[in-house]
Amino acid sequence: EQTDQVSCKHERPSRKNIPEPRNSGQPEDEDASTEMGEGLDEWAAAKTLIKPPDQLELTEAELKEEFTRILTANNPHAPQNIVRYSFKERTYKPISYVDQMAIHFSLNGNMILKDSDEGRCQNARLSTEADSKIISEEAAGEEEAEETGTAEAAEAAEAEELPPPRPKERKLANQFNFIERASKTLNNPLRDRACQSEPTPCKNFSATANQWEIYDAYVEELQKMEKSKEKEKPRAHIAKKEEKRRGRKSTSLESQSDDITKVSKAAKIMERMVNQNTFDDIAQDFKYFEDASDEYRDQQGTLLPLWKFQYDKTKRLAVTAISWNPKYKDLFAVGYGSYDFMKQSQGMLLLYTMKNPSFPEYIFSSESGIMCLDIHNDHPHLVAVGFYDGNVAIYNLKKPSSQPSHKSSAKSGKHMDPVWQVSVLFLSSNLLLFMWNLLCLQNELVHTDVIKLSVEGTTMQGPEGLQLQTFGCGTSFDFHKKIDYLFLVGTEEGKIYKCSKCYSSQFLDVFEAHHMAVDAVSWNPYHMKVFISCSSDWTVKIWDHTIKTPMFIYDLNSAVGDVAWSPYSSTVFAAVTTDGKAHVFDLSVNKYEAICTQVVVAKKKNKITHIQFNPVYPVVIIGDDRGHVTCLKLSPNLRRMPKEKKGQEVKKGPEVEIAKLDKLLNLVREPAGQAGR
Amino acid sequence: MLEETLKRIQAHKGVVGTIVVNAEGIPIRTTLDNSTTVQYAGLLHQLTMKARSTVRDIDPQNDLTFLRIRSKKHEIMVAPDKEYLLIVIQNPCE
Repeated sequence: EQTDQVSCKHERPSRKNIPEPRNSGQPEDEDASTEMGEGLDEWAAAKTLIKPPDQLELTEAELKEEFTRILTANNPHAPQNIVRYSFKERTYKPISYVDQMAIHFSLNGNMILKDSDEGRCQNARLSTEADSKIISEEAAGEEEAEETGTAEAAEAAEAEELPPPRPKERKLANQFNFIERASKTLNNPLRDRACQSEPTPCKNFSATANQWEIYDAYVEELQKMEKSKEKEKPRAHIAKKEEKRRGRKSTSLESQSDDITKVSKAAKIMERMVNQNTFDDIAQDFKYFEDASDEYRDQQGTLLPLWKFQYDKTKRLAVTAISWNPKYKDLFAVGYGSYDFMKQSQGMLLLYTMKNPSFPEYIFSSESGIMCLDIHNDHPHLVAVGFYDGNVAIYNLKKPSSQPSHKSSAKSGKHMDPVWQVSVLFLSSNLLLFMWNLLCLQNELVHTDVIKLSVEGTTMQGPEGLQLQTFGCGTSFDFHKKIDYLFLVGTEEGKIYKCSKCYSSQFLDVFEAHHMAVDAVSWNPYHMKVFISCSSDWTVKIWDHTIKTPMFIYDLNSAVGDVAWSPYSSTVFAAVTTDGKAHVFDLSVNKYEAICTQVVVAKKKNKITHIQFNPVYPVVIIGDDRGHVTCLKLSPNLRRMPKEKKGQEVKKGPEVEIAKLDKLLNLVREPAGQAGR
Repeated sequence: MLEETLKRIQAHKGVVGTIVVNAEGIPIRTTLDNSTTVQYAGLLHQLTMKARSTVRDIDPQNDLTFLRIRSKKHEIMVAPDKEYLLIVIQNPCE
């Protein structure tokens, strides 16, 4: 109801206080007059009842009759049956509330209060626009009237001054009429000024940091540190350092110039590689070839020729000595001379390596022919040589000179006849080299010559008074492997003497060995009692040094130049004969015949003079009297080991070897012993 | 001594040429013609350096001592020294 009343008020403001039921039926004007007449007398007085001419004349009763009428605020035109769909209940639902308001007329007023800011602004604007200049002049005039009594100049100034505020006002009013004013000033002219300075020194540095370069740097650093430590200890070495520096400088200078001599090592390797390429098949044979046909050959074996070593200058010389280097298993020394004693010429010492068959590793030439040579066991760079003219010499492979480092001179201990065999012994306690020479002197004595070599290389020579009388010409000798003092001497007459260093004037035993010169004697490498000898009387004999008769005798149908035990078996030995054949025996396989007899020289004329087993590889080298050296490979049959022993007792090799040979010897000894009884 | 060795190598059968190259890869001595030498020297120098660096990278205490390249026609062998390379070209089939 309240809301209704409010809306009523708004709609019919004139009937504000009317809604009393009694008055409603009466003409409206009356009610209004009564109400208003109470409040304002003037209004009431002024108002007179004016009746319309067609007003109904009603009686008193009729007038007093009351009609009740109720005014509601409901809009009769408002719809009453509006339904709306309710999604919640999914049905159409009637809407109870309907807007009852009806608007009959509305008008927005555009009146502005005069005193408000907006009104004043509008006033001002209207006046400026309408009156323009005239108004401004009048205003000026009024101002003049107001400010009487002030200086005219000031008035004039003021008059002049006054106009500016008005435009300001205008400006304020006209907020959209902005004027932008810009001005351009002169730009400062640009000026280039340059000057050149000294360029900062710059350096390009580039390096790679590999692991190995880092390593090298560290090693260098460590060496420096060590050097500095050394320097700190002895201060007196400053001079030496300087020398070293100088030395370095000089070396660096040398390196700047193209000094190719430094490539010599590379050249050496290269030569070997070139040779390896050319002799590739031989190298393969040397390493891998095992003669498969040996299996079908029962016991017989063969020798496979590998490299041939020859050198132009030794074509006419005979190989008089061969020796493997004890340390470098591929290196061997060959001595050249002549066995024809009517035609002696110069000699030659060559060292070949199997890695380079085309050219010797070292070359030493001598005036006299070489008769024998030996290489020091502990210092494999020392080669002792005995010459035909009776001299002995030591060559040092480390020194580049082609001359021997030591040579016996004519004054001291020179022999008058060929040196037949030379052996180098080493005494560890006082670092002396003993060189033993064997020679034949006038059919009467063996002279043992000693050269003492101290470490620095100073030599002391002097014949030691070890003279054995009643000898024939010694041609060969061999020291016992274990018993220091014991050695054997083979002579030109065919006798073998067992001698001792302890008894210089006598010998221990004599073997009536051969009918001709003994060319070689050699102790068995395993069995201490056994030695072998060969002679130009075509025979090879095996001996027990405690028994005067030979254990085995082999006739090879030609003069035997050399005989050698194999390093791998106590029962295997090889002999070479002057008819160009090599004979290999294995007593454990065949006691009576050689298991390999083979012609190993190119031409029949060539006489084989020497043979040597390689200490490691299954090869032998053979030298002939034309200066050729041939390397031959032993086929599997020639180095066959007893199988059952191999598997069980590998470590006890030497003992097994001794037993093996002993067993064979016993077979021979017993009947011999019986015969002796 | 070195001269003789080089001579022998050159005289060996199958050897096509011998080149000595210095540390900068410049040929010092050769038995081949100029352009071939320069080509071989430059390329093999690089290759050798690479090979050496490979060997030394794997184990710094190790070093390259020899390099051989087997090709259809030749075998090229390089022996590196401290400052020089010795290159030999050989025809092993000859």
